[in-house]
Amino acid sequence: MRIVAFILASLIMMTVDHRQGHLERVRSVLTVFVYPLQYVANLPVTVINWVSESLTTRAGLVKENTRLREEQLILSSKVQKFEILEAENERLREMLKSSEKLDERVLIAELLAVDLQPFRHQIVINKGRREGVYEGQPIVDANGVMGQVVHVGPFSSTVLLLTDPIHAIPVRINRNGLRSVAVGTGQSHVLQLEHLPNNVDIKEGDLVVSSGLGSRFPPGYPVGIVYNISRVPGEPFAKVSILPSAQLEKSREVLLVWPKSSPELPSNFESSLDDPNLLDDLDVSARQ
Amino acid sequence: MLNKNTGGWILFISLLIAFLLTALPLPHWADDWRPAWVAMVLIYWCMALPERIGIGIAWCMGLLLDVQQGALLGQNALGLALIAYFVIQIHKRFRLFPLVQQSCLVGFIIIFYLLISSWVTGIMGIPPKTWTYWMPAISSMVLWPWLFVILRDIRRQYNVT
Repeated sequence: MRIVAFILASLIMMTVDHRQGHLERVRSVLTVFVYPLQYVANLPVTVINWVSESLTTRAGLVKENTRLREEQLILSSKVQKFEILEAENERLREMLKSSEKLDERVLIAELLAVDLQPFRHQIVINKGRREGVYEGQPIVDANGVMGQVVHVGPFSSTVLLLTDPIHAIPVRINRNGLRSVAVGTGQSHVLQLEHLPNNVDIKEGDLVVSSGLGSRFPPGYPVGIVYNISRVPGEPFAKVSILPSAQLEKSREVLLVWPKSSPELPSNFESSLDDPNLLDDLDVSARQ
Repeated sequence: MLNKNTGGWILFISLLIAFLLTALPLPHWADDWRPAWVAMVLIYWCMALPERIGIGIAWCMGLLLDVQQGALLGQNALGLALIAYFVIQIHKRFRLFPLVQQSCLVGFIIIFYLLISSWVTGIMGIPPKTWTYWMPAISSMVLWPWLFVILRDIRRQYNVT
């Protein structure tokens, strides 16, 4: 008899968890018990890294230092150019009465090397509600967008990667501004662009960046590069595959991004955006 | 009555280690072969001490496993509660089986457990894509005799009742 009660409880919990977000609080409390376990499971990896770092030779360190210094020089010269361009961009946008701010607050988080559900693409990071992480927060690494936070605990959070089969991100092609949605396939190096007609202007090697529609991901971060387009005459849509820019399987450190402000729209747009239904329609960044 | 609760920490530690082994990072090729540790340890304790480890504890363990694995809340809880129910029903016969027969039964129980999980993820629209999804059943089956012997010796040594 008791088993029936537990089965019913599980079914109800699964339904509620899938349909609404009411159980996030329960999950967040339980994370407190689970986090120490994950921390301990991660320890061997941390120790190995620490040992290999402390055993590096002096020559190796000097070499790395030189390389980093050169890299820093190149980057800082690029930043100088970038600052001028940013100021110019701001000025031009002000002329057009649509100022867009790209500066965001970021925080570095480390991945915990723990394994989650097989066949899903999720990772655990060591920052949680204490550091101000929130649900739906975008995660990037040095090369591009990685994914978004789905569960937040007090000390840790779970991140859904771009390649997870239930993840989708609104994007545009950098070359011509063509909008689309990049959907995860469940394979670790492939995203797919949805609903692009066969005659669409897209080429292999095109850079795909986040469009910022849906106001979940900040606009302008690289998502991936188009590497395969198959146009089958009988099919309504072209099959466009993207290689993610972010090192989804190799990054050990990731950046949490707090988008400071979404693009400010001209005043005549705002009234229509106040309609909550419209915002829901726009919010395609998580299909779950 | 006093005797009844000896060795509770052994139960706790064995389940803790099962959770750790579930989270432990493995190389990519071994990932698909990871046995269902929590389910196996739970099967053992349900068989050995059915009056102490019941459906309730199994369900709570499942819930923790869901949180740890980032699964839908209730997915593993449902599977583990059903496993506990089934094993408690047959625990007297289970104890008398030879090890090989026990292994086969454990293999079937794990297949059933994976089947429930695949139904749940299937309803969510992300069914398991390759046959490697069922590998944990085989690895659990192979490892069961060792787990059984180790846990039995520990149980006798520390007189867990």
